[in-house]
Amino acid sequence: MSDKSVDNSKRRFLVTMASAAGGAATLGVAAPFVMSMMPSARAKAAGAPVEVDLSKIEPGMLLAVEWRGKPVWVVNRSKEMLDLMARHDGKLTDPASENAAQQPDYCKNPLRSIKPEYLIVVGICTHLGCSPTFRKEVGPADLGADWPGGWFCPCHGSRFDLAARVFNGSPAPTNLVIPPHKYLSDTKVLIGVDQGAAA
Amino acid sequence: MKKLLFMLLALPTAAFASEAAVHLDPAPVNLHDQESLQRGARVFVNYCLSCHSAGYMRYNRMQDIGLTEKQIKDNLLYATEKPGELMHVAMRTSDAKAWFGAPPPDLSVIARSRGADWVFTYLRGFYRDDTRPTGWNNTVFDKVGMPHVLHELQGQMAPIYHTVQGEDGKTHQAIERFELVKPGKLTLAEYDALVGDLVNYLDWMGEPAKGARMTTGLFVLLFLGVFFIIAFYLKKDFWKGLH
Amino acid sequence: MEKLLNWVDARFPLTASFKAHLSEYYAPKNFNFWYFFGSLALLVLVIQIVSGIFLTMHYKPDAQLAFASVEYIMRDVDFGWLIRYIHSTGASMFFLVVYLHMYRGLIYGSYRQPRELIWLFGVIIYLVLMGEAFMGYLLPWGQMSYWGAQVIVNLFAAVPFIGEDLSVWIRGDYVIGDATLNRFFAFHVIALPLVLLGLVVAHLVALHEVGSNNPDGVEIKKLKGEDGHPLDGIPFHPYYTVKDILGTVVFLMVFTAIVFFAPEMGGYFLEANNFIPADSLKTPAHIAPVWYFTPYYAILRAIPPMFGSQFPGVAAMGVAVLIFFALPWLDKSPVKSIRYRGPKFKIALTLFVIAFIGLGVLGILPASPLYTLIAQILSAVYFAFFLLMPWYTRNDSTKPVPERVTQ
Repeated sequence: MSDKSVDNSKRRFLVTMASAAGGAATLGVAAPFVMSMMPSARAKAAGAPVEVDLSKIEPGMLLAVEWRGKPVWVVNRSKEMLDLMARHDGKLTDPASENAAQQPDYCKNPLRSIKPEYLIVVGICTHLGCSPTFRKEVGPADLGADWPGGWFCPCHGSRFDLAARVFNGSPAPTNLVIPPHKYLSDTKVLIGVDQGAAA
Repeated sequence: MKKLLFMLLALPTAAFASEAAVHLDPAPVNLHDQESLQRGARVFVNYCLSCHSAGYMRYNRMQDIGLTEKQIKDNLLYATEKPGELMHVAMRTSDAKAWFGAPPPDLSVIARSRGADWVFTYLRGFYRDDTRPTGWNNTVFDKVGMPHVLHELQGQMAPIYHTVQGEDGKTHQAIERFELVKPGKLTLAEYDALVGDLVNYLDWMGEPAKGARMTTGLFVLLFLGVFFIIAFYLKKDFWKGLH
Repeated sequence: MEKLLNWVDARFPLTASFKAHLSEYYAPKNFNFWYFFGSLALLVLVIQIVSGIFLTMHYKPDAQLAFASVEYIMRDVDFGWLIRYIHSTGASMFFLVVYLHMYRGLIYGSYRQPRELIWLFGVIIYLVLMGEAFMGYLLPWGQMSYWGAQVIVNLFAAVPFIGEDLSVWIRGDYVIGDATLNRFFAFHVIALPLVLLGLVVAHLVALHEVGSNNPDGVEIKKLKGEDGHPLDGIPFHPYYTVKDILGTVVFLMVFTAIVFFAPEMGGYFLEANNFIPADSLKTPAHIAPVWYFTPYYAILRAIPPMFGSQFPGVAAMGVAVLIFFALPWLDKSPVKSIRYRGPKFKIALTLFVIAFIGLGVLGILPASPLYTLIAQILSAVYFAFFLLMPWYTRNDSTKPVPERVTQ
């Protein structure tokens, strides 16, 4: 059991090699187990892109569809609604949609949409995940005379305008999220796929 | 319950004897022949899927056998279905029960439970039998409830009987061979090829991960081979000072 | 780093435990091939626990959903097929490793004084493992799962007087049903694994208390050097850690070869009939238990019903397993290892191995009059090995046992 015969550099080399192989084996085994926790083919199929027919939405109306288990609102904003939009920029946290995480690049504009009239937005409050209520009427008693129409979150009172931009003083820190979407034709939109990507 | 137990303990004897007698033809299964798998998929969707489901299988999994999502959508799906959906059957279970006595079994893993050779022989083993309500019987599945769905392609086979002497000394009628009494749209060789493609597809569908399994396994074993060499010299180095 | 270690050591015996169980646990230096299977059993236990945890993330213990959820794992979950095959292969490999581990105990007398408790813990582990495997086998809810469970639970119905009620109580229903599946799931994923872990700890604590046996059956603690360590002992770490790494790699080559290239193992690890969903109205033509239970199944079938009751067969099967507990007190030989025993023990052991494997093969085959006769003879050999042991070990010739271990 004497250590006289030990060739130290050789042993160090072998121990290093064995540790490396053991480490690689551990990583290799861990990978499939970690990957098994990603969304399965079933979850992916359920979260597949959703096609919406815009021609069925009257001006001023909201259509809620489900995409990846979340409510997605498609709003046909009437001319009057659009006219009111630019008048309250001073009260907004992010009027020009500067925060890149909240919308795809092609919706990085004040109206936060590809076509001005159609807003497509994930209906989940950026504060704590409630779904805000659609309040399109202008100046109702409970929201104040200067309410331009938009969404009000019943949980903690966050307010958003009709471009889903958050008003100053709301608990919600950012504008609502615009999901990736692309126009298949003038009246057909596919939610869940980026504009320019293959269907 | 005790009776059941006796029965189960005794049962295997009888079953084994009847199973062993049937000859099965080897199925031309080839996981890497994508064209065959694609042809088989088309046959499956056109002929089998109207009555049988493959309820654990998603259409878009067929991307693994070289089809694009667009091809799947255009050629294999009904207009209302999505590529991510499971291969369900339109027929209602209650209707199926009324028509066939029992709902046709799901075919997702049929090649794993029956074996590809059995399915291959079965699909080529239908013959006319007027004593059956469907008018059909089968060489490997006696008194089968399923009619010969592919008879327009294969044509109709009729058995030729001959007299044989059983072990007990009595004579009885047994099937000697089959005769094509009404030709189908395909020659028998073409029909065998078609069924071969179908069985190849069924075999693939039984375990779509098989290809990935084999490839991954190769790398894992190669890695362990290298690890073995390291571990061998490591052990040798530590133990060489020991007397 | 050293500071952190000191901090921990002042609060938790980390270095002390490492020394006590690894770097200063002295194991005999003459361990051979048979001594790999203890550490491999531990490895398979870890494999089964980890893969099992990940399977429960996707599996549904519901008679309506169970079968489909297994196919969901096989198809829709990323690498689900791999995790499932690891678990199903692991079940069979667990028994293979445990059987070889027990055989090692038999040939080198590892169950003898002072290691009786290690052996008893081990036999309990084996029993719990059988329960664990049996209950786990119901979960895929295929035809073999269903009818296998049906037959085994009905064995309890053969117990006189209370049997019928007992089997109903076990099932929670009049046939194997949703309630049975649910409770087997609970036992399989949490109750029995907890017991198993506790028993493995007890098994190892007892082992490290008395020290390992070896192929010569010599007590190495009797002869200590000036440093107070056994002359024939070497520290477990690094010597046996590097040796076990080599054993582990070889084992994993076999294990992964099965997982990736033959997960069904010709129908012995995964049976064809289990790809048909459970159907309480249709029994498959040929039911046999999974291979690791077949020796006992053959004993069950070999004993004919007596007085209109299946109970003698069931009792014989039970005794065949439980008799392992008595082994330390049946063996009266003055020596432990087969190396120094006489021909009588060697013949007895050979016959026992033939009987065990023979019964295993017969348990897979369908019964026939000839096979039943062979099974009866082999069952007699099986029991004779234990029951005659006091006689043939006492008046067997022996060779002198050396003072020190041999290389």
